[in-house]
Amino acid sequence: VRRSLRLLARPEMGALAAAVVIFVFFLLVAPSFRSAASFFTVLYQSSTIGIVAVGVGLLMIGGEFDLSAGVITISAGLVNSMFCWYLGVNMWVGALLSLAFCLFIGFLNGWLVMRTGIPSFLITLGTFFVLQGANLGVTKLVTGSVSSRDVSAIDGFGSLQKVFASNFTVGSATVWVTVLWWFLFVALAAWTLQRTRIGNWIYAVGGSAPSARAVGVPVVRTKIGLFMTVSFLGWFVGMHLLYRFNTLQAGNGVGNEFLYIIAAVVGGTLLTGGYGNAIGVAIGAFIFGMTSLGIVYAGWDPNWFRAFLGVMLLLAVLVNTYVKRLSTSPAAFPPEAPSSVLASSSPPGSLSSASASPEKEGGRD
Amino acid sequence: MTLRLPGKRGLVAAGAVAVLTLTACSGGGRDQSDADSSGGGGNAPGSSGYTIAFVTHETPGDTFWDKVRAGAEQAAKDTGVTLKYSNDPDAAKQAQLIQSAVDAKVNGIATTLVTPDALAGAVKSATGAGIPVVGLNAGLDQYHKLGALMYFGSDESLAGTSIGKRIAGEGAKHPLCVIHQTGSVALEARCAGVKSAVPGTENLQVNGADDSAVTTTLQAKLAQDKSIDYIVTLGAPIALDAINAKQQASSSAKLVTFDLNQEMAKRIKDGQVEFAIDQQPYAQGYMAVTSLYLYLKNGNDLGGGGPVLTGPSFVDKNNIDKILPFTEKNTR
Repeated sequence: VRRSLRLLARPEMGALAAAVVIFVFFLLVAPSFRSAASFFTVLYQSSTIGIVAVGVGLLMIGGEFDLSAGVITISAGLVNSMFCWYLGVNMWVGALLSLAFCLFIGFLNGWLVMRTGIPSFLITLGTFFVLQGANLGVTKLVTGSVSSRDVSAIDGFGSLQKVFASNFTVGSATVWVTVLWWFLFVALAAWTLQRTRIGNWIYAVGGSAPSARAVGVPVVRTKIGLFMTVSFLGWFVGMHLLYRFNTLQAGNGVGNEFLYIIAAVVGGTLLTGGYGNAIGVAIGAFIFGMTSLGIVYAGWDPNWFRAFLGVMLLLAVLVNTYVKRLSTSPAAFPPEAPSSVLASSSPPGSLSSASASPEKEGGRD
Repeated sequence: MTLRLPGKRGLVAAGAVAVLTLTACSGGGRDQSDADSSGGGGNAPGSSGYTIAFVTHETPGDTFWDKVRAGAEQAAKDTGVTLKYSNDPDAAKQAQLIQSAVDAKVNGIATTLVTPDALAGAVKSATGAGIPVVGLNAGLDQYHKLGALMYFGSDESLAGTSIGKRIAGEGAKHPLCVIHQTGSVALEARCAGVKSAVPGTENLQVNGADDSAVTTTLQAKLAQDKSIDYIVTLGAPIALDAINAKQQASSSAKLVTFDLNQEMAKRIKDGQVEFAIDQQPYAQGYMAVTSLYLYLKNGNDLGGGGPVLTGPSFVDKNNIDKILPFTEKNTR
């Protein structure tokens, strides 16, 4: 009994239960949902949300938010596309330039949050607006329109397309390479969180930054690293969008930042930080992909789309918290996180306490 | 057996060659040979002494409004008018923009009338102050009542009906009308127009801000309902996603769309899109400014007391060769 309860205490268990319920539900009500092709379409949809959501999940475990994560995907694609279109250079050059640009934005987010002590919600809201405006303004200046130009004939497009936006068929199903990348990123994140020292640091800085610092965790480096992870994954999805769709609308990407946060929360990540895991976030993204397409596969009145989506997500969160309470009420088990000693030494770190860090730490600057 | 590794110098040279090859000019990018084609005479802005405020409900980032604005700016250049462009998708804020144009005592106001009730007060204060107002793009039924002199635009439901009639003539039984913005009256009106001509029309909501979400949603719909024979998209970028979705779902449904852009023009040429219906946004912007100029300068009143329709104009295989160059200049 103890063993099963301990299993239930894992953050992703609630999400897994919800995912199974929703999956069976759509299998019953939507005939066209019952095919391998549909399943892989759902996986593709989930991967486009899930790749960035993994990073956002890690960041939220680390006690911070990133609202610029949705719009940076478009910025990444635009930098690559317009640089190469304007100068007529190989797409690989633009892709690397875009990677450097995104990592810089991530670093800037993290550095500003740690340096100023202003909650990341506000800092990244600022970056979000700056990027949104720059996407439109710069695109208009460079291309004379608000969408990027056709770059499919430039050298390097084909090889980059193979990396970021190719697909292959297995039987009747089309498997997009993003699905494989998504699995890889999830596995990497899960391994880092559970098996490495950096994982311990992430739980520690999210649980309580001051006590983490007290025991020698490099708080600033860990958090900046997390912001950069998010912007790296944003770049990755941006590359996929560019090499799959070729032309990008400069105004797109807005609103997706909330989908990433939703995926993380549905997957059992605490909004206050210090709790959650990567598998849970992946299941959260899968629930989102399954719900948004399942409604269409079921052929329901599209005007109700958002309402259905909201109900599904609420149910997922309810099942999630119910399972969590069930598992923790009879006997309090310490969370899976190896840093539980650190995390419990003070109340769960709120955003302000986690980021208000006037003193600098060594090993940086 | 020893393997000779290149020396440090060799590595540097190899690196330099790699960089050179990568950055060497490759085809497919911007056409760098053509000289600046803009300009070529015309009046300097402000030379006629009139200032015209141009207020729209543009949501930033829509290629459509790009063209409206380009048309307005060209007209201002041609007539020597100083143009003040401002926009806000929020009705109350758009009303404030009109009000501030009145306060600035401009000579004329061109505005979209997408939310007539919310804008009525501001338009009234403009006409009260003796400033002529011209409506464009939206507000066909209400512009007269609000006190606007003229109107340049298309009728959304008429445009929908004409698409519906045309595809019905080609044998459409069950078209799918794709709405990419939740709760937009204009988009709903377009689909309602299609439905009035083809009763079997079904609507589908997609998240227009995310191309992959648009594609997968359409793909799912095409898999769910194989009887869909036409896809009607309400914006050019959405139609490009629909091409992807069709390929993925191996659907043979035909694709028609509202609005035009450069990519779309190419897709019409290569036959992936049957036709596009264009409300000629460039002309809307251009005519709104020009008509105000003529009214101020010469007392002209265009339209004979009725609206001047800039669309719907069909773009298909027959006329695409003529129109394609204009889309490249971003004027159609």
